[in-house]
Amino acid sequence: MDWLVQRLSAVVMVLYTVLLLALVLWNGGIDYSVWTGLFAHGGFRLASFLFMVALLYHAWIGVRDILMDYIKPPGIRLLLETITVVLLVAYLGWTMQILWSAP
Amino acid sequence: MHKSHRAARAIARKGLNLASLPRSATRFATYPNAPAVRHLKQRPVYLDLPRIRLPLPGIVSILHRISGAGLVLVGIPLLLYAVSRSIASPEAYASMKASFAHPLAKIVMLGLLWAYLHHFCAGIRYLLLDIHRGIELAPARRSSAIVLVVSLALTLILGARLW
Repeated sequence: MDWLVQRLSAVVMVLYTVLLLALVLWNGGIDYSVWTGLFAHGGFRLASFLFMVALLYHAWIGVRDILMDYIKPPGIRLLLETITVVLLVAYLGWTMQILWSAP
Repeated sequence: MHKSHRAARAIARKGLNLASLPRSATRFATYPNAPAVRHLKQRPVYLDLPRIRLPLPGIVSILHRISGAGLVLVGIPLLLYAVSRSIASPEAYASMKASFAHPLAKIVMLGLLWAYLHHFCAGIRYLLLDIHRGIELAPARRSSAIVLVVSLALTLILGARLW
C-alpha cells in the first residue's frame, strides 16, 4: 500500500510541476498580479491542495523509511516519527490557511 | 604470513572473487570454521566502507535520500513561508523578492533547486525501473549517469536564470 502511495503521490507531484511550469510560461513569467491571480482561481487552489497532500504523504513515507534504516532504538525512533507526523500535519494546516485565506 | 591472512587481505583489497583467491580461502565454502572464515568474522572486511566504491546507481540512490531529507527539513517550510508572504500584499511580494536576491539566499535556493531536480529525475528513473524499463546492468548504470548529469545541468541552467 505504502509502496503504491509513494509512486502515485510522485506522479501527482510531477503533474502539478508540469502544470505550474506551463502556467508560468503561458503568462510569460511571474509578477505579483499573475501570482495572486493563480491563487484566486478555485481550480488552482484545489490542485495546490492535492499537491501538498501528495507531498506530505510522500514525505512521511520517505522520512519513516530513513528513520527505520538508521535509528535503531525503538523509543527514539518512535519519538522522531511522532515529531515528523505532528510537523507534517501542521504543514497541512498551514497549507489550508494559505490557500483559503488568499486574497 | 599465514595463507588465510593473505586471502582475507586480498578480499579486503579486491572484493570477494572466489576465482582469484588461493584455494585456502575458498575452503570456507565447505569448512565453516576454517581459519580464513574465523578471521573474517573478527574483522568484517565486507563492510570496510572506505574500501567499498559505491556504483553510480548507488550514488543516485543515496543522493535521492539526502535530497529528500533536505526538501522535507528545509524545502517544505521555506516553500510555505515564501508562498504565504508573497501573496499577502504587493509590498510583501517585493520584500520577499528582495530577500531572495541575497547571495546566501541564492545559495540555499540553488541547493534546494538541485535537491528538487535530482529527486525528480531519480524518481522518474525509479518509476521506469518499476515498470521494468532499463533494469539490465548497463542501461541501469547509464540511466543513473543521465540522472546525475541532467539534474546538475538543469540546476546550472535554471540557477543562471535566477541569478
